[in-house]
Amino acid sequence: MTFSDWIAEPVNWVFAAIGLAVLFSGFRVVTSKNVVHAALYLVGALAGTAGLFLLMSAEFVAWVLVLVYIGAVIVLFLFGIMITRAPTGLDESLSSDQTAMPALLSAAVFVVMTWASIDAFGTELLATVGEATSTQVIGESLLGRFVIPFEVVSFVLLAALIGGITIARRDLTPVEEEERMSV
Amino acid sequence: MSTYFESYLTVGAFAALGAVLVLVMLGVASVLRPTKPTAEKQLTYECGVDPVGDGWSQTYVRYYVFGLLFVIFDVEAVFIFPWAIQVDELGVFALVAMLFFIVTVIEGLVYAVKKGVLRWE
Repeated sequence: MTFSDWIAEPVNWVFAAIGLAVLFSGFRVVTSKNVVHAALYLVGALAGTAGLFLLMSAEFVAWVLVLVYIGAVIVLFLFGIMITRAPTGLDESLSSDQTAMPALLSAAVFVVMTWASIDAFGTELLATVGEATSTQVIGESLLGRFVIPFEVVSFVLLAALIGGITIARRDLTPVEEEERMSV
Repeated sequence: MSTYFESYLTVGAFAALGAVLVLVMLGVASVLRPTKPTAEKQLTYECGVDPVGDGWSQTYVRYYVFGLLFVIFDVEAVFIFPWAIQVDELGVFALVAMLFFIVTVIEGLVYAVKKGVLRWE
């Protein structure tokens, strides 16, 4: 496919626009001096990624990304920032002088990911582009073929919940424990 | 262009229209209204009371546990959606599997209540 073929397709313009927006947001996440702004740029990057998933007809994945990552994980990030860093805001110590090694590492990850994707799929076109993978199909395989992994997920969630509570909770003194029980 | 992209084009058109609507309303308002800022008017609006302290202050650590619980149950909801849109077709086995799933995660909520982390002392 030549570049003129590629640019003739309006879907590709949308892809390019969203891709550039994601790149910009991702760049600002690491360069932003205000940690809250970095978290909000991450929202932009994730929203753009959801848009890219929509373009690839992965409707369910896209909306899960919006629901779980933008809706919940970012909230947790912001709480984490606001709880631990006060006053939040401009923080010069966020920017580090070490840029060469991280840049090299990112480039290496990019090369490996690109190579792995091209190696696995090559020029093969996904048959489902422009045709939504229905959530019914996901439901059927989730509660059919993948029912055991699905149940395992519930235990993973339970472990995460209990682990999170154990870490986040302040240990009560025996006296306080007694008081709480008597209420 | 497939119907899938067309339907999202409708979504995009509505989003753009919504943005334009807001911009036009704010734009017209900013042209029409007189602008006389005073120090009093420029204060952050906080329920009509003068704001106290810095906006970048520390949040109460208690909120964190609620955020954590929200993430877990959000992920649970994600798994419920594909099941919920076709409960009839999937049948009793899926219902039992889903109940098992929900009960397992709810146990975590029971644990949280027992540990008293949901109590706001």
